[in-house]
Amino acid sequence: MSRPKLPRKSTSIDMTAMCDVAFLLLSFFILTTKFKPSEAITVTTPSSVASKVAPDKDIVLITIDRNGKVFLGLDDETIKGAMVEIINKQKGLTLDAAAFKKAEFFGSSFSNLPQFLALPKESLKGDALPGIPVDSTKGPNEMIEWMGIIHSAYEASPTKKINILLKGDNDAKYPSFDAVVKALKKNDFLKFQMVTNPESIPVGTDLYRQPKEEVKK
Amino acid sequence: MAEMDTSSGGGHKKGPGVKKGKKLSTRVDLTPMVDLGFLLITFFIFTTTMSQATAFKLNLPKDADKPEDQNKAKESGVITILLGKDNHVFYYEGQLDNNNASAKFKSSNFGNSDEGIRSVIIRKKANTPPDDFVVVIKPDSECKYKNVVDILDEMSINVVKKYALVDISEVESQLVHVTEGQAK
Repeated sequence: MSRPKLPRKSTSIDMTAMCDVAFLLLSFFILTTKFKPSEAITVTTPSSVASKVAPDKDIVLITIDRNGKVFLGLDDETIKGAMVEIINKQKGLTLDAAAFKKAEFFGSSFSNLPQFLALPKESLKGDALPGIPVDSTKGPNEMIEWMGIIHSAYEASPTKKINILLKGDNDAKYPSFDAVVKALKKNDFLKFQMVTNPESIPVGTDLYRQPKEEVKK
Repeated sequence: MAEMDTSSGGGHKKGPGVKKGKKLSTRVDLTPMVDLGFLLITFFIFTTTMSQATAFKLNLPKDADKPEDQNKAKESGVITILLGKDNHVFYYEGQLDNNNASAKFKSSNFGNSDEGIRSVIIRKKANTPPDDFVVVIKPDSECKYKNVVDILDEMSINVVKKYALVDISEVESQLVHVTEGQAK
């Protein structure tokens, strides 16, 4: 009554700011999701009922692609620095420490390592690379040496944790896997994890907490 | 819902004659756009968390004590699973020798049927004292990594406590190849 001229406030809110936020978040999520599968080696992992999320820090990632080629990747630069010293000493190579540290993965025999490190990033595609030789029928299983080098590199810094991840392709043949497992065993790495896709637990099995029940059709 | 609040802002007010004509606002209602934005955000959040890889833990035995472990297993409680190429699975219970090879050596698959390897494991587990039950997995050189993971997964699905990944012997490998040949 006293203030009849007061303009009626609209109930609609200005959505522009909210829209800005929404699309900012959206672009953030799009970008982060796109970045994840930036691996040079395409691998389709099998699925398992394991529900533990794979670690993504302090990892030693052994990748087996669909042709059975083996690649080795590390994320810790200090470890890689220690590794390059050991390799240079043991193999009589003069590898560039900076290039070695920068490399995301290694996939060649020791003798070809200098050439491998010199490759530009664009040509680091799994199909074109030789992979670490593991076939003991054709030569020495160099994975054993690699794991030995990693073992001694980790000994130099004992506070570091080590997570060995094995990421194999569905179609990789067993001998490559066997060679990798042998290399791990030889160097006393007795615990490792296999990267898989999550899968639901089949109903009616023991894991589903229904002991001794026959599987339903 | 459209914005009609035109009294303030724009400095050019119309004369009294045109007062009733509603001036269309240049503002757009952004509510649906915000809806869409958040819908997409939820989609992306969900897909990122869904595609997070899980890790399947595997602890290896030390090489040295493996043969002893093997010998300790009672014959009656052992089931050996052989993996061949093209997702073929074979199994036998106890020991395999020349006389009973064909009778004991059975083929199976990864399916859910009664002949599937899961049912085989479950049956064997039910009929064996838990302490004696051991599964020996022998992958042939032709089998794929997927099969190995599948069978290890089967171990955790059926809560098999004792299992071992063992190299295939020459005899068994041949048997697998022969049986695969027959199946075709």
